[in-house]
Amino acid sequence: MSKAAEIDIVSVSKVYGTTTAVEDISLKIPAGTYCCLLGPSGCGKTSTLRMIAGHESISSGDVRLGNTVVTDLPPAKRGTAMMFQSYALFPHLDLIDNVAFSLKMKGVDKEQRRAKALDMLKLMQMEAYATRRPAQLSGGQQQRVALARALITDPEALLLDEPLSALDPFLKVRMRVELKKLQTSLGITFVHVTHSQEEAMALADLIVVMNDGRIEQAAPPRDVFERPATAFVARFMGDHNVISGRVTGARDGMVVFDVIGGGSLAARGHGREPGAPIDIAIRTDHVRIGDAPALGLGFTGIVSNIEYRGATVKLSVTGAGIDDFTVIINDSDFFARPVAIGDAVPLAWDSQDAIVLGHLHS
Amino acid sequence: MSHEKRTLEFYALAVFFALFVLFLYGPLSAILILSFQGETGGLTFPLNGVSLHWFANLFERQAVGDFGGSFKRSLVLGLMVMIVTVVVSLLAGLAFRQKFRGATALFYLSVASLVVPSIIISLGIGVVFQQVGLRPAWYTSAFGAHLTWTLPFGVLIMFAVFNRFSPAYEEAARDLGASSWQTFAHVVLPMIAPSLIGVGLFGFTLSYDEFARTLMTSGTFNTLPLEIYGMTTNVTTPVLYALGTVTTVFSFLVILATLGAILYVGRRRTRA
Repeated sequence: MSKAAEIDIVSVSKVYGTTTAVEDISLKIPAGTYCCLLGPSGCGKTSTLRMIAGHESISSGDVRLGNTVVTDLPPAKRGTAMMFQSYALFPHLDLIDNVAFSLKMKGVDKEQRRAKALDMLKLMQMEAYATRRPAQLSGGQQQRVALARALITDPEALLLDEPLSALDPFLKVRMRVELKKLQTSLGITFVHVTHSQEEAMALADLIVVMNDGRIEQAAPPRDVFERPATAFVARFMGDHNVISGRVTGARDGMVVFDVIGGGSLAARGHGREPGAPIDIAIRTDHVRIGDAPALGLGFTGIVSNIEYRGATVKLSVTGAGIDDFTVIINDSDFFARPVAIGDAVPLAWDSQDAIVLGHLHS
Repeated sequence: MSHEKRTLEFYALAVFFALFVLFLYGPLSAILILSFQGETGGLTFPLNGVSLHWFANLFERQAVGDFGGSFKRSLVLGLMVMIVTVVVSLLAGLAFRQKFRGATALFYLSVASLVVPSIIISLGIGVVFQQVGLRPAWYTSAFGAHLTWTLPFGVLIMFAVFNRFSPAYEEAARDLGASSWQTFAHVVLPMIAPSLIGVGLFGFTLSYDEFARTLMTSGTFNTLPLEIYGMTTNVTTPVLYALGTVTTVFSFLVILATLGAILYVGRRRTRA
């Protein structure tokens, strides 16, 4: 089970009638990577996964797994295995027969396939339940059985469709630790669909943020969080304030722009034509209360809400042209110099914390 | 522990239910009791002694009515209807999972016979058979007439079943290397088996006690419901009640056997 395959998606589209679910995406997932397809519902992440798995036909483009083009192969001939959102364990079979199902279909004789299934259940620490039916198991146990059933086919890549969404929050965190451990020990490629950025950050080596059938950014988690490529990514990953405006000029290697209905801000970046639209992102925890270190690196707003969160305090600030600006400051800083709702406060950030965001070419 | 005061609606519904039970089981009990009428007793109360005379009489040759033959015909017809209903409903249920041209029209066309009065269908089939020059018989024209009744029901049940059947199970099977036939045999069929048993039971009982649709289509030989009806007008002894009791007991046995089968399947499925 040490072979892992690179997955190469080459300008793949999926069209249902007149709606385009996935629009000309290209993506290379290196062998042995834990990849998370992340995005809101309807963004095309599940369609993409199902096209890799072979449960959805590919309207145009190709999918390559290792050295084989699998575009027209049936699911079981691709070297992938899929774990379904609701696990789809067969309710009429006990765990051994569930796990041994693929071997039975291949015609492996009974003793041999049951022995192999039991080994797989042992790997998942489920051998004690071998003769139970799926309905008698908890969600976490069902997931382990579903993993065993998928992995017994000896896949080069495991495809997981929202594997943690059926679990309660506590179990979610526990099972994701198990998933990561399993991927590390097997060394095969995992492609995991999720709408939870927290889940993606915790698990992935490669996060692929999708929106509207297209890839907004594909990068390691730290890159996605620290250098979001687009306004969508910054908003979806959270913990960022996105400010939009129009470029007015350049100064000291900074782009200067006007917030619509508000003041003038600056951000490090290349010269853009005046009048061009621009979005910047500022991490909520990199904003401080105080005077700006340079022109355009802060503004003054009215505190509209304060939430105490224990280690941190969350301030919501409204400024001219900036509706809802979030500031996270640590509790000691806040209580050293507290502010109240309705106060006007100066906010500031450093020049490296204002990130100029890009746009997708349409 | 204090009880909440029961509302007026509760009592109204309780009375309604009591009446319902009375109407269902009252006459049934009267027939049951009268079938044990003494040898010299008549068709009405009071009981003139208690005996099994009329049950014994049932299996002797009757002056009018052929109980054994009609029972056999009804049983065979019921089984024929059951098998065809199960197979066709299953296939139709599978077919309608895919969208195809004219699916809605075809659906309404096939369930329309549920709203046409059964006696009209019976009459129509009888007339057409006569016109074409075929002799109506319980295993041809009546068989067809029964299917116009059981198939729409069976198809409707299978629709409900497949509506709740997640395609993920079949995708999972395909992902694990099953062919379409293997997916059907090893996953779909076992999972819907209890519903198929239900459809079969339904088809059998609907056919077994069908009267109106058989009336004009059975030809020379009667099915059991027709025979019983004929006997009520000609037979003047409590053997009629004995017949009622025996056929009712038979129906209950069929239902019990089916429930037993479903329980057995369920037990096997959940056994630890």
